[in-house]
Amino acid sequence: MNEELVNIDEKETDVFTDEAIVEIKNLHKSFENYEVLKGIDLTVRKGENVVVLGKSGAGKSVLIKCIVGLLTPDEGEVYVFGRNVAELNYKELNEIRVKIGFLFQSAALYDSMTVGENLAFPLKYHFKKMPADELQQTIEEGLESVGLKESMDKMSSELSGGMRKRIGLARTLILKPDIMLYDEPTTGLDTVTSKEISELILEMQKKNKISSIIITHDMACAKITADRIVMLKDGAIAAEGTYEELAASNDEWVKSFFM
Amino acid sequence: MALAQQQIQKTGYFKKIFTDAGDFIYFTTRFFKEVFKPPYPFREFIKQSFEIGYKSLPLVGLTAFIIGLVLTLQSRPSLVEFGAESLLPGMVSNSIIREIGPVITAVICAGKIGSAIGAELGSMRVTEQIEAMEVSAINPYKYLVVTRVLATTFMVPLLVIFTDAIGLYGGYVAMNIHSNISLQRFFTDAMARILFSDIFPALIKSIFFGFFIGIIGCYKGYNAKGGTESVGKAANAAVVSASLAVFIVDMIAVQITDLL
Repeated sequence: MNEELVNIDEKETDVFTDEAIVEIKNLHKSFENYEVLKGIDLTVRKGENVVVLGKSGAGKSVLIKCIVGLLTPDEGEVYVFGRNVAELNYKELNEIRVKIGFLFQSAALYDSMTVGENLAFPLKYHFKKMPADELQQTIEEGLESVGLKESMDKMSSELSGGMRKRIGLARTLILKPDIMLYDEPTTGLDTVTSKEISELILEMQKKNKISSIIITHDMACAKITADRIVMLKDGAIAAEGTYEELAASNDEWVKSFFM
Repeated sequence: MALAQQQIQKTGYFKKIFTDAGDFIYFTTRFFKEVFKPPYPFREFIKQSFEIGYKSLPLVGLTAFIIGLVLTLQSRPSLVEFGAESLLPGMVSNSIIREIGPVITAVICAGKIGSAIGAELGSMRVTEQIEAMEVSAINPYKYLVVTRVLATTFMVPLLVIFTDAIGLYGGYVAMNIHSNISLQRFFTDAMARILFSDIFPALIKSIFFGFFIGIIGCYKGYNAKGGTESVGKAANAAVVSASLAVFIVDMIAVQITDLL
């Protein structure tokens, strides 16, 4: 697996096109009396990796949950593939969701299932007529792509944090999404595993031409994965640019992330 | 000032009760909307039926045997005093089939199954497994709630039949401590006192017991909020509410049976 990982120095930044795949306009979201998002405007282009940086409680996770329709915005619009998520009915929303992959912070593996069953579950649900041998082959390929083919029969409780993240990623990618949303993909992992996961994210983007929004406060992850970084402060975008541009910023708050 | 604060607290309390009631009605209504719509997760239904029905057999069976045995031993002295010992099998069968069998089974299931469903779904909610299903365009309500509620609705009446049979056998064993009666004679006497109108309402109310145990367990677990602490709270609330629901349904069922 390690031999296959992408060399950071060879990272291409021009794999994306100008086609907007996610468009967020003036997004506001409050919980009770606390306004978490205060007018976010963000566009993600096809094939682009956008990292959303910010301290805990800045509204990063709320932002991606609005994109996938888990939360409804109080004000503003979220367009995914040109369609306003808030205006979709349940069936239409699910049609969009099949094209979006979501890797949760905890990986959210189904506890009662083995690793293989975790990967088979979305496939069996969406492709009921898929032959058993094709299903098995797809699962094996999915596990191979994250370097964990031998974990097929393990229960999720037997996996380490890094393995859970990899399996979560494989389960998400098995439906071949066009957009990936990563919620703190490296949180709770050691430095080496964090780097491996970050490189895996980059590898998947290149291999499958996926657009990604990566929520993190891990600067090493941001450096490896980001084509563009958006920095959230108090529910609003405070800074935006490439890793190098932001690293050279004179703003004290921006600089504090790069120290 | 203190009075005003009390008033605000009371208003908040009543608001919460009505909001919870509204949410529960919506949750239950959704079950009837989803249950007939494809896809039908038949394998999950079978798996849940196995977990809920088959795995409850030892607990339900042991309890039923003890209840049947104790009921017979406790009732015998009074009947012997009036020279009516021969009525004992009929009295035991009536008590077990009409009331004790369904209610004891339902209360055991409310504890065992209600808490298990509440804890399992609560745990899935707080570890984002339910959200993971939603974002994968899988209907978690259909897969988790509909299958479990159907399983409890089908399995509890079957467990009640099992309880009745084992409870009667417990009665037979108790009868043989003080007198000598054959199994065939005991069951002939016991069944001679039982009418169709005794069995049918008991089974019908068992279906309702099963439904409420399932839907309450699912409601508490599915709507768990917060951290791991809420899993325990969901399991606890599921047991308390489901047990209470069993007694309320029983009271209503008795009133309806009386009218018929």
